[in-house]
Amino acid sequence: MERITDHPVLEPEEKKKLRFTFEGKSLEALGDEVISSALFASGIKIFSYHKKDGSPQGIFCANGQCAQCAVVADGLPVKACVTKVREGMTVARLNGLPKMPSATGPAMSEQDAGAGGAEKNGAPRFPGQKGETCAQELGRVEEIEVDALIVGGGPAGLAAAAELGKLDVSTLIIDDKHKLGGKLVLQTHKFFGSVEDCFAGTRGIDIADKLEDQLKAYPSVKVWVNAACVAVFSDRRVGVVYNGGYYLVKPKAFISATGAREKTLAFEGNTLPGVYGAGAFQTLVNRDLVRPSKNLFIVGGGNVGLIAAYHALQAGIKVAGLIEAMDHCGGYKVHLDKIKRLGVPVYTSHTVVRAGGTTGLETVTVAQVDKNFKPLEGTEKTFAADTLLVAVGLNSVSEFHGQAVAFGMNAFVCGDAEEIAEASAAMFSGRITAHKVLKSLGVMTGPVPDFWFERLQTLKSRPGKTHESAVREHDKAVYPVLHCRQEIPCDPCATVCPKKSIKIPKSNMMAVPKFEGDCIGCYKCLLICPGLAVTIVDKRKDPKHPTVALPFEIGRGLVKKGDTVTLTDYEGAGLEKAQVTDVKDFKAENTLIVIAKTTSAVADRAAGLKLYEPQKPEKTGGGFSAMPDSAIICRCERISLGEIRKAIRAGVRDLNQLKAVTRAGMGACGAKTCASLIAGIYKSEGVDLKEVTALSQRPLFMEVPLGAFSNITCRTEEEEKASWSGF
Amino acid sequence: MSVKTYDVIVIGAGSVGVPLAMALAGRNLRTLVLETMPSVGQGQNKCAIGGVRATHSDGAKIKACLRSLDIFSTWREKCGEDIGWLKGGYAFPVYTEQDEEVLKELLKVQRGFGLNIDWLDADKMRGLIPGITQKELRGGTYAPDDGSASPLLAINAFYRRALGLGAEFHFMEPVTEICSEAGVVKGVVTSLGRYNASWVVNAAGADAAEVSAMAGVKVPVNPDCHEAGITEPMERFFEPMVVDIRPGDKSKNYYFYQNSEGQIVFCLTPQPPIWGRDRRSTSQFLPEVSKRMTALMPDLANIKVRRTWRGLYPMTPDGFPIVDFPGALKGYVLAVGMCGQGFMLGPGLGETIAAHIAGKPSADDREILAGFTLERNFSSQEKLK
Repeated sequence: MERITDHPVLEPEEKKKLRFTFEGKSLEALGDEVISSALFASGIKIFSYHKKDGSPQGIFCANGQCAQCAVVADGLPVKACVTKVREGMTVARLNGLPKMPSATGPAMSEQDAGAGGAEKNGAPRFPGQKGETCAQELGRVEEIEVDALIVGGGPAGLAAAAELGKLDVSTLIIDDKHKLGGKLVLQTHKFFGSVEDCFAGTRGIDIADKLEDQLKAYPSVKVWVNAACVAVFSDRRVGVVYNGGYYLVKPKAFISATGAREKTLAFEGNTLPGVYGAGAFQTLVNRDLVRPSKNLFIVGGGNVGLIAAYHALQAGIKVAGLIEAMDHCGGYKVHLDKIKRLGVPVYTSHTVVRAGGTTGLETVTVAQVDKNFKPLEGTEKTFAADTLLVAVGLNSVSEFHGQAVAFGMNAFVCGDAEEIAEASAAMFSGRITAHKVLKSLGVMTGPVPDFWFERLQTLKSRPGKTHESAVREHDKAVYPVLHCRQEIPCDPCATVCPKKSIKIPKSNMMAVPKFEGDCIGCYKCLLICPGLAVTIVDKRKDPKHPTVALPFEIGRGLVKKGDTVTLTDYEGAGLEKAQVTDVKDFKAENTLIVIAKTTSAVADRAAGLKLYEPQKPEKTGGGFSAMPDSAIICRCERISLGEIRKAIRAGVRDLNQLKAVTRAGMGACGAKTCASLIAGIYKSEGVDLKEVTALSQRPLFMEVPLGAFSNITCRTEEEEKASWSGF
Repeated sequence: MSVKTYDVIVIGAGSVGVPLAMALAGRNLRTLVLETMPSVGQGQNKCAIGGVRATHSDGAKIKACLRSLDIFSTWREKCGEDIGWLKGGYAFPVYTEQDEEVLKELLKVQRGFGLNIDWLDADKMRGLIPGITQKELRGGTYAPDDGSASPLLAINAFYRRALGLGAEFHFMEPVTEICSEAGVVKGVVTSLGRYNASWVVNAAGADAAEVSAMAGVKVPVNPDCHEAGITEPMERFFEPMVVDIRPGDKSKNYYFYQNSEGQIVFCLTPQPPIWGRDRRSTSQFLPEVSKRMTALMPDLANIKVRRTWRGLYPMTPDGFPIVDFPGALKGYVLAVGMCGQGFMLGPGLGETIAAHIAGKPSADDREILAGFTLERNFSSQEKLK
């Protein structure tokens, strides 16, 4: 089983074991687990064969958005990533088109199946259950009036809900997952930003819990999980599928806190099973504690890609390399340096040109790019890898907001749905948006304070200048070394220091921290730093052989007292061998501190332990074809770059016509992934995007069983009898 | 600057205008199509669900649609392109005595026109529509030669063919004036310039009345709105277009079929009609259509709806199109008021209109136009809208 049983941060929960079958083979799943994670835990990565050409399909978004992970569960085609396994479930690969399910059972949405709705009546209610008769009742669609409807229970939505709850505004917050927190629940690392505004220094998973708990104090806030917004209608009603039922919500204010979705790339082999998004990876590894890979490669040096590499290492997965097309990684330097210290090779000015393999990923070929991002012949490097994460940026999920505005609703947007930034900024923007909502509802009259907007701008800031390492200006016997040299919006070290000796000016959170004053060696700054950029040097016992305390989050038991380790500097260069004199386990912070005895020459520079030797490419050279005709653009309908290019060259400039003639964008996901790729192809063909007409936006946002819209309910014969027994 | 001169200018690159341009260019007439939208079929064509039937209730429509059926059904063999044609037939299942009477009466008329249509008993209807609700099912009519095609693929195929035959298309170029002298059409002025032509055809769909006003010819065409949707694809499990003519709570009839991709495409007629041009989706449609479709065919409850949309039916008072050469303005041609059937009528009417313009109409061509004249009493009613 590919399960993660030992993780430095995450504690595997005891869960009920279930049995289900896949392609006739009996497999184990854990209670509450979705099909995709259960299959990955059993090493199964091919979920279906595409209807167009039979090519194998694996997961892609693992977020209920893309429909690539379709399987047949108890006779119904479902998305494996949002459908929970039930005891005795029969799962099969979808091969071509699904067969018509018989209606001896009721309509079941994936949410329903996922939310335990299946057990609602005490018996499985999926179709195909022999001997089960079913009387249908067509219900009415309930209309629900609320002051505020928030779509999305991530950091922005939760922060907004809390602000509205404080003033007793009737608020409904919905989220399509079974747990609030959005993507915070996938983040094992500590967060940046300010302690005061957005829980900086706390791990994402813990922030999610805090935000959720906070809502419990506000009775006017109602939470629906497993509730998907499927459409915004022109009559200003919002269609929501909640636990398999359909509701129309009529809000006075509509707040989109819908977050973002990942962009992807077009290259040879880009849909091979094993090629997917960093979000999907984090879902498997950090939410479901499944190890989907043994050897990982990552495209993209933004925060998402860098963090994914770190998460992989924490889960015991080797990282063969990470590439970035720009000449530097755009993510925070502290994230980059964390993975460099652990021996991950990082190649800047590189792009991916081929995913190789037959039924799944076996190799990844990358090539260097010129300043126009064109890959250069002869620079190819091929790595062995079973998984390739594409982490090349995010697009706002802005459809609902766009429609709500078009329909004249009192519409607001916050978090990544408005502008892609860190979760810290999302929380702050949720708060600001809530105040705008309060004003629009007449609950509050004052304007949002100006400094809030200033703070939001700071939190949204891209990383600034990187400063040279500071020269030590003091001669203290114990002191922190602040390896954090890049300007980022972050202040926990300064907030937490009991001696107030770490300085970040209140007026400029972006400034790099400075140590001035006394240190008592309490480790608080070391433990809270999200970038693992603080070490404590202690010369009190032996000035010639000081100890250095290093934060360590990779595997308990990996480094033990008495071990000899190689120290590295902050960016991963080897320094010298040293002996570990102690390993302290700070359980509350889920962080180990490794204390090594070193020399005064390197004490200030030591920042990490060398754990892995960087992997080398298997081979170099071999040629490639950039933007090949075979690359898949529309995954749902499997429309290739060649087909799109042909239509563009034939003069198609209206994306609606492009869709009509090629079917690109006509699939289950509704052009969520291909739209931005197609824009890129137009650009590469030299077409000004101003000449191109955008796709029309239409409901539904996700596929919903037809029966759900009339709230079909189903009763077994027994229940049917029981319902008459009172007469 | 010299003004470009054409034989025919067609206003509207939709269900009617595009096949008409193809027919005109096929007769070597210099043809220009002017369209306000950015590409073909972006008005109501793409909202059509794709049904094509000849089983109407009057001769003109039947004849025009038989022509269309011929074009749709032979397109692949003649032109080598797939337009999603499926000969699945049309089925009208019947649950009430009154509907049985109406359809059986109509059957006589339809068979009188030589149409292949028959009454099936309840058992045969069940065979045709697996899983149809059996309670009170009386049978229904079935016309096996009717079918369906993809409006999106078909209009683009017709467009490419028209281009190949020499027709010109200008997109995002609205017509602002129809020019005439002494009661004779001379051409049009657009947002970009002037074009001369001996014939100007109004094939402007939902905008037909406004366009016709520029020619000084009043036409009684008013759009109303209908919503439609499409599901995920499934392996084929039924063939015909199923039309349920019973009234519902907030709707009249509705109809659905499984297209060549395996997706179920469905459409509902709201009751009372919603007049106007609003094409934005409403919250009313899905609950209503879901209730009705799943009551008729419970298996459909589990199929996932993928997308919905709303389109306009350019209605005339009696439900029949207006295809005419009005006497008030020589050279001006009306091909308007398709009442939601532009897709199925378009290719057939295109042939007929082109034959008239070329001066060689057949007896059938003349008969078709005679049924759709502007100068008629609009008080009769189409029986099978």
